[in-house]
Amino acid sequence: MQFPREEYFAPGHRGCAGCGAAIVARLLLKVAGKNTIISNATGCLEVMTTPYPETSWRVPWIHTAFENAAATASGIEAAIKALKRKRGKHADKKINVIAIGGDGGTADIGFQALSGAMERGHDILYIMYDNEAYMNTGIQRSSSTPFMAATTTSPAGSKIRGEDRPKKDMTMIMAAHGIPYVATACISYPEDFMRKIKKALSIEGPKFIQVLQPCTTGWGYPPEKTIEIGRLAVETGIFPLYEIENGEFRITYKPAKRKPVREYLKMQKRYRHLTDEDIERIQRYIDEKCKLLGL
Amino acid sequence: MCEVKVITGTSAAAEAAKLADVDVIAAYPITPQTTCVEKLAEFVANGELDAEYIKVESEHSAMSACIGAAATGARTFTATASQGLALMHEMLFIASGMRLPIVMMVANRALSAPINIWNDHQDSISERDSGWIQIYVEDNQETLDSIIQAYKIAENEDVLLPVMVCLDGFILTHTVEPVTIPKAERVREFLGVYEPKHAYLDPDRPVTQGPVGVPDCYMETRKQVEEAMERAKKVIKEVNEEFAERFKRKYGNGLVEAYNLDKADTVLVAMGSVCGTIKYVIDELKKEGKEVGLLRIRTYRPFPKEDVRELLKDAENIAVLDKNISFGFNKGALGIEMASILKNKKVCNYIVGLGGRDIKIDDIKTIINHVEKAEDDTTLWIGLKE
Repeated sequence: MQFPREEYFAPGHRGCAGCGAAIVARLLLKVAGKNTIISNATGCLEVMTTPYPETSWRVPWIHTAFENAAATASGIEAAIKALKRKRGKHADKKINVIAIGGDGGTADIGFQALSGAMERGHDILYIMYDNEAYMNTGIQRSSSTPFMAATTTSPAGSKIRGEDRPKKDMTMIMAAHGIPYVATACISYPEDFMRKIKKALSIEGPKFIQVLQPCTTGWGYPPEKTIEIGRLAVETGIFPLYEIENGEFRITYKPAKRKPVREYLKMQKRYRHLTDEDIERIQRYIDEKCKLLGL
Repeated sequence: MCEVKVITGTSAAAEAAKLADVDVIAAYPITPQTTCVEKLAEFVANGELDAEYIKVESEHSAMSACIGAAATGARTFTATASQGLALMHEMLFIASGMRLPIVMMVANRALSAPINIWNDHQDSISERDSGWIQIYVEDNQETLDSIIQAYKIAENEDVLLPVMVCLDGFILTHTVEPVTIPKAERVREFLGVYEPKHAYLDPDRPVTQGPVGVPDCYMETRKQVEEAMERAKKVIKEVNEEFAERFKRKYGNGLVEAYNLDKADTVLVAMGSVCGTIKYVIDELKKEGKEVGLLRIRTYRPFPKEDVRELLKDAENIAVLDKNISFGFNKGALGIEMASILKNKKVCNYIVGLGGRDIKIDDIKTIINHVEKAEDDTTLWIGLKE
């Protein structure tokens, strides 16, 4: 795949060194290009890219609140349709309407608005950038936080071993909406991610991509390891890469041999409390999930 | 030239949105607003109105979608009531802060608990400080006219604020009255096509909307909203005048309406449909040789301070009726504002009609008798059971 040279996500944002969310935005806009409108939920990405009067966005961009990026995008999409039909405005182009939110803004507080927008069939792409906790407010647990990960609201203590619930499966929940395209992706596999964005934008109707984006601050690893950790999430089967296009399921990257989850867990502070027994337990859980997907 | 239909308040609101040729409607049903958005759905389904109708899953999303649509340059309409308005609360501030000229019909209804679908003003009064212009209408004709005017006010470059047009639930929303419906072309001439010049989402002109407002700039944005509210007073008056010229109907000076104020020492101050009852009582008393006046507040925000002071400078007994209550202060919102701007006057406050309790002719007479005898500022709950 050719990587377009144009950058619509400007350098100089306020993200942490090694920030995965910035990589999500950059790759997204490389594919989506100029004729794009972004509706961004409250969160890391919004905060680090738009401290007034600065902005990292070279495409029209709007932020309204935390839980409604999808609802705001619904209005944008409807407005474009009406303006095209009634006044011939933007008649010459196809505009990509893309909503983007973190896991908290998507899987938790934004879930209703997202489900509504998908169910109504709006021609929008929703990107959930998944860093597996509320990173912007200081690493609190979300419904996308994995089992046994320690966060500030699911700390590992003498009685509780970190997060006590498994990660909510947002991609499959979105697939259950019967929309034409859902996929998982990871920033460590940029070609796969960009191919999925390109495909999603070529399909009319609602689309959803959940992209895993390691977070140096929240996960506790050195900034230069972001890509390596993302790769391990996929290689171990913790975060499988797949897409479901018109109901057809397809694994898009199959590791030759899955690596032990221990390799992934040992690199991160959020898992440093895990005993061998805990790791065994997580391994068994991942094995079962992978079996279901044919990995 | 025009057509007279005998219709409900919600139908009048829907007719107005159609006449304004709105581009996007986002709506969620809630009593007693529902019949408005049902009517609009019919208009769209029949091809009478060319608009995108977004059947959102909540009022929060209704307002969010309106914000997205307005920020893209579309003329936008929604309607709500009570709990629905409360659910929008967060987004109301965002609509005004982003300076988006959204127009919304509010079918005034009491807030839970206990759940109550009937009329009072607690819902919209609770949104007093959201940066929205608030117009309270007296009848169905004014509902239609005010929604048309609301677009002209909201889209004015000196204003650029959202407007809610508030009408009393059931009393107006579900009561039929003859309403004169102007021709669509004439409304189009009055409003023009909405062509935003300010920030809107367009790939040919990328702008960032709704960024992080750091302490260095946030206060200035708030001040700008306040200044726009102040400018809106002039614009509302001008729009009222222009509307009167074109359509031969006017509502006081746009901000307030004075009824029999000149000769009256006793003046009632109120908002909404109860003003119709008050006018009736005033006419009855006049026949008996007694002069009582009404000052109807039409725009609660921006609040017409200057007009109120001027019009009430000679009034001795001022009775303010409120269909809302500020708990812990035992006064309604209008009562508090009136007392704050009429410092050397006797201003009594009457809490009336909460949750749809009837306000009878005798209640109005009780209020008049009370305020005339009262020695200082008091608050009285009218119609309360013993």
